[in-house]
Amino acid sequence: MAGIAFLLNGTPVRVEGEPPTRTLLDWLREGRGLCGTKEGCNEGDCGACTVMVTDAGGSRALNACILFLPQLDGKAVRTVEGIAGPDGEMHPVQAAMVAHHGSQCGFCTPGFVVSMAVGHLNGRRDHDDVLAGNLCRCTGYAPIIRAAEAVEGAPVPEWMKEDAAFISAQILSGGEAAGRGGQTAPLPGFRPASSDELADWYVQNPGATLIAGATDVGLWVTKALRDLSPVAFLNGVTDLQQIERQGGMLHVGACVTIAALREAVAERLPSFGELLRRYASEQVRNAATIGGNIANGSPIGDGPPALIALGATLHLRRGDAMRSIPLEAFFLDYRKQDRQAGEFVAGISFPESAPALRCYKLSKRFDQDISAVCGCFNVTVGGGRVTAARIAFGGMAGIPKRAAAVESALVGQPWTEATMRAAMAAFAQDFTPLSDMRASAGYRLETAANMLLRYFHELSGVPVSVLEVQP
Amino acid sequence: MSMGKPLPHDAAPLHVTGVARYVDDIPLPAGALHLAFGLSTVAHGEIVSLDLSAVRAAEGVVAVLSAEDFDEMPDCSPSVHDEPLLAMGRVHYVGQPVFLVAATSHLAARKAVRLARVELRELSALLTVDDALAANSRFEQGPVIWTKGDPAGALAKAARVVEGSFEVGGQEHFYLEGQVAAALPQEGGDVVIQSSTQHPTEIQHKVAHALHLPMSAVRVEVRRMGGGFGGKESQGNALAIACAVMAVRTGRACKMRYDRDDDMVITGKRHDLRIVYRAGFDGQGRVTGLEFKHLFRCGWAQDLSLPVADRAMLHADNCYHLPDIRIESHRLRTNTQSATAFRGFGGPQGMVGIERVMDHIAHALGRDPLEVRRANFYRAMAAAPGVSPPDPQGILPETKEGVDLASRGAAVPVGSHALPTDGPVQTTPYHMPVEDFAGHELVAELVRSSDYVARRAAIAEWNRGSPVLKRGIALTPVKFGISFTLTHLNQAGALVHVYQDGSIQLNHGGTEMGQGLFQKVAQVVAGVFGVDPAVVKITATDTGKVPNTSATAASSGSDLNGMAAKAAAEVIRGRLAAFIAEKHQVKPAAVKFVDGMVRVAGEEYDFARVAGWAYQARVSLSSTGFYATPKIVWDRMRGVGRPFFYFAYGAAVTEVVIDTLTGENRILRADLLHDTGSSLNTALDIGQVEGAYVQGAGWLTTEELVWDGKGRLATHAPSTYKIPACSDRPRVFNVALWGRPNREESVGRSKAVGEPPFMLGISALYALSDAVAACGDGSVYPSLDAPATAERVLAAVKRVRGDA
Repeated sequence: MAGIAFLLNGTPVRVEGEPPTRTLLDWLREGRGLCGTKEGCNEGDCGACTVMVTDAGGSRALNACILFLPQLDGKAVRTVEGIAGPDGEMHPVQAAMVAHHGSQCGFCTPGFVVSMAVGHLNGRRDHDDVLAGNLCRCTGYAPIIRAAEAVEGAPVPEWMKEDAAFISAQILSGGEAAGRGGQTAPLPGFRPASSDELADWYVQNPGATLIAGATDVGLWVTKALRDLSPVAFLNGVTDLQQIERQGGMLHVGACVTIAALREAVAERLPSFGELLRRYASEQVRNAATIGGNIANGSPIGDGPPALIALGATLHLRRGDAMRSIPLEAFFLDYRKQDRQAGEFVAGISFPESAPALRCYKLSKRFDQDISAVCGCFNVTVGGGRVTAARIAFGGMAGIPKRAAAVESALVGQPWTEATMRAAMAAFAQDFTPLSDMRASAGYRLETAANMLLRYFHELSGVPVSVLEVQP
Repeated sequence: MSMGKPLPHDAAPLHVTGVARYVDDIPLPAGALHLAFGLSTVAHGEIVSLDLSAVRAAEGVVAVLSAEDFDEMPDCSPSVHDEPLLAMGRVHYVGQPVFLVAATSHLAARKAVRLARVELRELSALLTVDDALAANSRFEQGPVIWTKGDPAGALAKAARVVEGSFEVGGQEHFYLEGQVAAALPQEGGDVVIQSSTQHPTEIQHKVAHALHLPMSAVRVEVRRMGGGFGGKESQGNALAIACAVMAVRTGRACKMRYDRDDDMVITGKRHDLRIVYRAGFDGQGRVTGLEFKHLFRCGWAQDLSLPVADRAMLHADNCYHLPDIRIESHRLRTNTQSATAFRGFGGPQGMVGIERVMDHIAHALGRDPLEVRRANFYRAMAAAPGVSPPDPQGILPETKEGVDLASRGAAVPVGSHALPTDGPVQTTPYHMPVEDFAGHELVAELVRSSDYVARRAAIAEWNRGSPVLKRGIALTPVKFGISFTLTHLNQAGALVHVYQDGSIQLNHGGTEMGQGLFQKVAQVVAGVFGVDPAVVKITATDTGKVPNTSATAASSGSDLNGMAAKAAAEVIRGRLAAFIAEKHQVKPAAVKFVDGMVRVAGEEYDFARVAGWAYQARVSLSSTGFYATPKIVWDRMRGVGRPFFYFAYGAAVTEVVIDTLTGENRILRADLLHDTGSSLNTALDIGQVEGAYVQGAGWLTTEELVWDGKGRLATHAPSTYKIPACSDRPRVFNVALWGRPNREESVGRSKAVGEPPFMLGISALYALSDAVAACGDGSVYPSLDAPATAERVLAAVKRVRGDA
């Protein structure tokens, strides 16, 4: 029998006998009868299943539908049932949601309430970002935002602080607080505590599925209904969760979440930070890792184009062997990467600053959407001429890919609109995009080229972003 | 007085704490089974073989059913019995249920479904409007055509003519709670159904039919839905029937809920269509002659397509007097999901067409589209309601065999009567006098409050200095007809109990899907008894308490059920008044029910005490109530009559910005002014208006449904289908209610609010058209299709610049 221990709404629970890919959502609803947490989409897009998870890194909102039970071991989970006080007193966001008419059908409401309570706990005031992963079909969101704004200054209720206190005690006690002491039963899935452990095991189990944030792998279970065994959960691999600054470079461990990466680049790489602000949603950014985003090999992941434009170096590890390659060299073909059996993405390094970097994401919806085209530009100009160019795109080929012909059409040319217009034709040499439900091939090719013009305009001080226009 | 108070939704405290119970949250008896459908993977084909042995052998599977297991296949259609529960020999769209699995868990059922070996022989499929037209594949024999005046003559004489054709996309409901139902077998073969449905009586009727039971043996209960928007008017039938059939066969409770992807693939959506128009007009932009052609893609089964397409015709005028008009409506049958009801029920499709005509005419004349719109408005309202309705005697519909009378799909014709003509009160294209037109004053007020004129000038100035980004602004009005166009559905029942402790229980035929209907009706009942609305206990909709209900649809919920509940409450209040008046030797009319007290002859008693005395005096404290909407009569084939009791009005100003390099666009500001009469609850009404606007704008901007060349829905999950997210709402969002009482005797003189404000979102499309127009020299009309995704906006920008 396998055991997982965590705090659920303030009460320690131990879960045994569940398969490693049992989702928290199903377990809450079917196993515990806690039906406040709703299933809206079962793929992490609607937020109706949002729960609060607290660990040493703090409290964050996560989608319970694509969160596997072993990922929660040693943590604290709070569902909507635990957002009100133990005596039934409503949390300020709950009272505000009633007072401001923030619920209509009410089905998305528990998810909103949890997201808002976590935002409130963390002192967040960027409500649109906090709630980008919570879809509501009834209200048009305005009353929900009014409710969120109304409680900005309200004190955090005492009971909301208990999870962090528990985690501190947990760390001090070595896990006994959660009832993990004396744990002898094997745990579901392999759960390494270090990259060394992971490296050894993965060489032995090269066919295994590595699960970090489960924001994509989760769907292999909930939608593709796949059996992933054997699996390794990487939550405990703390040495891959580090971000180091050294010699003008950022060294980012593979298990750093997108949320943490966004924070790390916000100041010196603001355009990359803005791209990451629009990466999926709060809940997904809190779970998804940059290593997963890269290793997944998706042609439409938003991390790789920006990182390629930055000239990032990818670090891979197999057993004790480490190697580093330019990130663009990792992507060989559609869903095919330069990765050996038993080898995993350990981290990535890139310059901590690149004043000319601009990242453009085209999608049907600004937030919580996947790019139709993601274009990242990093052009160096000296003496009025282009001296170097790194331009990379997602959504334009089977892999994230550099625009080599465009780059060479620019380098050496004067930094003028005419140069840009002349180089735009080169996009057709670099890319033969596909048509799909997100955009047609023609639109992709045309807007990719237009992005070069946008880049020129933006660096010349012309307003180019509809997101920055004030009413 | 409790009516009009901005009370929160009655279930708000339950919503925010997670204890509000939805169908999937209801505990089931031990041994309950979970169902899943196996679906067709081709758009049109023959089932060559169906090997379900691996499904049957799968872990947890208890029963598997396919066509061969039925002597008579249950039907799920709300209209002409053309929707077998499971495909019989042939499949008609990708997503059609082919077999049914019952297993011990939801996951086990889903997993088992995928083990089926189904061999299908593909046949040629009709996927588009053009495919269907070429094959003459349609519902009804030919197009429905309504004509008023002499449109051909007027067009021939017109000073100017514009014509065009454009595509309007469909819309996925994306109710957050997917379709779900449960069936619990009872003694003697009876069945209780829990369903997330807007139409409990339809579920009852269809389940009874499937089980060969009288309707009295089937009870359907609906406490709430997690959103409906029309998507739960008929689309829940299959789940409830499947559960009932399986429950009877296994003797166990059965529940079925669609996984989101299945939900989007199986169920119908808003009808998409192509609108073709030709409009003649004078130098002021006044329309002289107009021809519309609506080409609706209805999908594989009839469902509610006929009344949806009818309602599009009924809203082809919107706020504009069109003396000479011809509307031709094609209801095309295709191998796709069967398009169904969606908030507005065809109204939005009709209205987006005439607003396109106004926009196009204004562009042709180089005038502000608002001036053209106003020039075409119906004459201002008559001093008082006065036009007599036709006499309904003798023109009642004949009962037609083979149609489902409980649903809007019935679409029965009625007889003839004399036509009102255009006089001082102008008439619609379907000859209904527009006596209550509020557009002039309402729009004037919105122009003022939104600062439309100055902002329009400022936008033009801003655009001159902005090479890449362009702004646009548009004001569009709404006139929406209120009543079911199938006249007999305009009835409702209610049941009110007063208990001996003075507490009150309310039940009516309407369902709660988030719109706050229960709270509104409770406020009406509380008002009758003069008690606090909290005293009125709202109970789940239950076909065993109030029978023969109509769908909670057509925005009719509070109009119909509010009146029925009021009638029931007034019966009881009358008995209480008579009882207490007799004790005090006064007339019953002298007894007042206010502030939780009963006042009579200078005395004042708690309502609860009076209820207790009445009980001891053996006075009945329970009553039903009934309401039937007056004045309405309608012949849908000829397009003649008074289908609507009244109109609800509104108008919106939307300001947008577009990026001419990518077509990216967003709404910057929206100002809405909407007519809800004397609102029953201003907070709930504003919530409806705000939410409807965002949903309407979503329909026309980001919400794009894409089918591939094989008829597979490519946008079958929220990862690819994009409803508005939090940051898509307008940055500045000013919403106000018009606040004038309804001229008709509606409940509390309020007006229906569910659907009408949806069409305020149309202003977003024409604001985008305005921004696109700003990119050209005025010689080419933007001709923007909907939804105006970034890709379509960019295409339109190129069109007006001549680089298309």
